[in-house]
Amino acid sequence: MSTAEQSKRPGLAVWLPLGLFAGFLALVIVGLYWPADREVSSAFIGKPLPAFDLPPATDERPGLATAQFQQGGKPRLLNVFASWCVPCAVEAPQLAALAKQGVEIDGVAIRDRKEDVARFLGQYGNPFARIGKDDLSQVQLAIGSSGVPETFVVDGKGIIRYQHIGDIRQEDIPLILRKLAEAEGGAQ
Amino acid sequence: MRGLLLALLALIALSAPLAAQDMLPPAPYAYKQLADPAQERKAQALMETLRCLKCQSQSIADSDAPMAGDMRHQVRTRIAAGEEPEAIRQWLIERYGDYVSYTPQVKPLTWPLFAAPLLFLALAAFLLRGRFRRSKGA
Repeated sequence: MSTAEQSKRPGLAVWLPLGLFAGFLALVIVGLYWPADREVSSAFIGKPLPAFDLPPATDERPGLATAQFQQGGKPRLLNVFASWCVPCAVEAPQLAALAKQGVEIDGVAIRDRKEDVARFLGQYGNPFARIGKDDLSQVQLAIGSSGVPETFVVDGKGIIRYQHIGDIRQEDIPLILRKLAEAEGGAQ
Repeated sequence: MRGLLLALLALIALSAPLAAQDMLPPAPYAYKQLADPAQERKAQALMETLRCLKCQSQSIADSDAPMAGDMRHQVRTRIAAGEEPEAIRQWLIERYGDYVSYTPQVKPLTWPLFAAPLLFLALAAFLLRGRFRRSKGA
């Protein structure tokens, strides 16, 4: 290589490492401030609730079976919760508020003991019409739920219409009510 | 006061979601191998390629999260019942999407992933061919 060739464009080559570093830095900043969405949403929305028949999770309420969702009534909420789950306690007032407005809520208690469920309901209130006991997370896996709490809107035909991941906050209530209304409209 | 307490609870929930653990013993087949070694091998191979949904950079074979244990139980009992590993993978993909599987599937969205190495090989061959020809001429 001649020296003439080398001196042709040293300017650009000198800046390349810095440019690469700046690009890397930008990538880090983007990753820090806008982290990727780590929620895994269910791919089962729009599909019928899989068949299950769970025993009661508490003596106060009956268990939960798929057939109860297919009787053509109002859309219902299916709340996946657990007594050992802290955000589930946080969303309890919101579920109570929904129940007060006439929303029917069924629960699936994940990996829970009867005495713990009873204590949880005693402490935070019981908005549920029925509660099934899911000791092996079988129903949770069957509907594509990846954690607690999660809440599904199920229409009168037993079709899953909407999934809310995480605890229901005060500001989520209008959205949940709208999804219930939409599910009711679609079921007719 | 109540609002403050709830806010505090929410904070705790956000900062340490994995601290919450249930009191139930692990599922029967969460930590127990299948009696048939051939079936257990199949189950193990599948479990190593399924993502734990609680601790997303681990496979369900690696994770001690209770949900991963329940998924292992599900996989092992289905394999024991004679179900094919790929059918179980499909069952999970139907529910959680492709993300649950560590093995990429060939489909319209992912074919460039599989085609890219071939394209680069072809490009390299093309570039090198020119270079070899030049060196031969020199």
